[in-house]
Amino acid sequence: MEKQLVPRLQVDNLFIHGVGPVSLDIEKGECVGLSGPSGSGKSLLLRAIADMEPHGGTICLDGTEQALIPAPAWRRQVGLLPSESRWWSDTVGDHFAMSAASGLNRLGFDAGIMTWPVSRLSSGERQRLALLRLLENQPHLLLLDEPTANLDEETSAKVEALIRAYREETDAAVVWVGHQRAQLNRVASRFFAMESGRMISRGGVP
Amino acid sequence: MTSETIFLTPTDLSLAALLVIALALVSRRMGLGLAGQTIVAAFRTTFQLCLVGLVLKVVFASINPLLIASMALVMLVAAAREVVARQKRRFVGWWGFGMGAGSMFVSSFAITTFALAAIIGVDPWYTPQYAIPLLGMMLGNTMTGISLGLDRLTESAWERRSTIEGRLMLGHTWSEAIGEIRRTSVRSAMIPTINSMAAAGLVSLPGMMTGQILAGNPPLEAVKYQILIMFIISAGTGFGALIAVWTGARRLFDERHRLRLDRLKTAGQ
Repeated sequence: MEKQLVPRLQVDNLFIHGVGPVSLDIEKGECVGLSGPSGSGKSLLLRAIADMEPHGGTICLDGTEQALIPAPAWRRQVGLLPSESRWWSDTVGDHFAMSAASGLNRLGFDAGIMTWPVSRLSSGERQRLALLRLLENQPHLLLLDEPTANLDEETSAKVEALIRAYREETDAAVVWVGHQRAQLNRVASRFFAMESGRMISRGGVP
Repeated sequence: MTSETIFLTPTDLSLAALLVIALALVSRRMGLGLAGQTIVAAFRTTFQLCLVGLVLKVVFASINPLLIASMALVMLVAAAREVVARQKRRFVGWWGFGMGAGSMFVSSFAITTFALAAIIGVDPWYTPQYAIPLLGMMLGNTMTGISLGLDRLTESAWERRSTIEGRLMLGHTWSEAIGEIRRTSVRSAMIPTINSMAAAGLVSLPGMMTGQILAGNPPLEAVKYQILIMFIISAGTGFGALIAVWTGARRLFDERHRLRLDRLKTAGQ
């Protein structure tokens, strides 16, 4: 019974490089929209939740504190998608543990893309593949930093649909950083804004 | 000894110095801007080598372990400072110095001691005529290897920070995220030594061997020593670079597998 009541993510008094204090709870299956001008600390906040930067305060995932989980395991459960995708090997397939066949179709790829050199991909294709690569880890929480910034409308809609489907299938929670109000309104149910390092709740208004 | 060593007189050296002065004059006429530097460097080499000669004379005269140990320590500190000086991005605090000094101490000292005691079999093993030149050659070469390796490591980590972090974000460990960079860094530290082993004797006669031959030793004896030196230098450089690069790579990450480039500072800042 009690297990059900634990939020997916609990952030308490988070401090990082002049950003904070930030406190925030996100429920299972919930998608929260986060907006704000660049430099207001949105990306830094996501990095702290993913434990990519030293920070103060406590962060719990499904009731377990960050420090109690080894960092690599934490980051597989807390999937951070940076605004620019990162590739370290020549071939697309090198970046995937298994073939992400199910998601490939949904985002308009066929399996052959795995043999492609990364340099042949457009930035939009890279962004979509980076999302699939992230979902391979089956994260419980998705931190998406402007996930559709490089995409046209049609592909954006596909990405939105894939994330919604993943959220519904796995009950994962999502923090969606974006600038377009219309999009945030479509994907999220609760909204926050960052302003010079402080987080302001906007309730149901994107 | 088959032939007598010819001792050089101050007049002989002055004749050689004339060549340097001639070079300085020519470079001044051509406006190369190197005349002053050449003369200063020539004075420095004269002064420093004379000083070392005097120190060695004292150290060699008495087989005093304490004296030899302090000389070795001075050499180690100088080499470690040189390692730090050659880095573009240095580890903050004592780490930069400590990493160089530590890895050179472990590799150079251990291997030199092994060579003295077990291979050459000189008694006592710290006899300065053997120990000091051997250690000097070891330190000089491992120093180059370690600074190449560390420089490559920190520079690559800086350039590729975003992909390193990209891997960490996907749940890779620090070791997986830096593995390729770590390997190429050790490789670039070892390649000059391996190349010089491969080219030895064909392109140039190694300095130590040349010295022994000039001093009247039979060439084959000089060659045996040179082979020994080549082997211990490559082992020392390889193990030293491995230790330094592995420690350095670990230091680039904290216990939460975060890339900590704030532990580096750029030279001159």
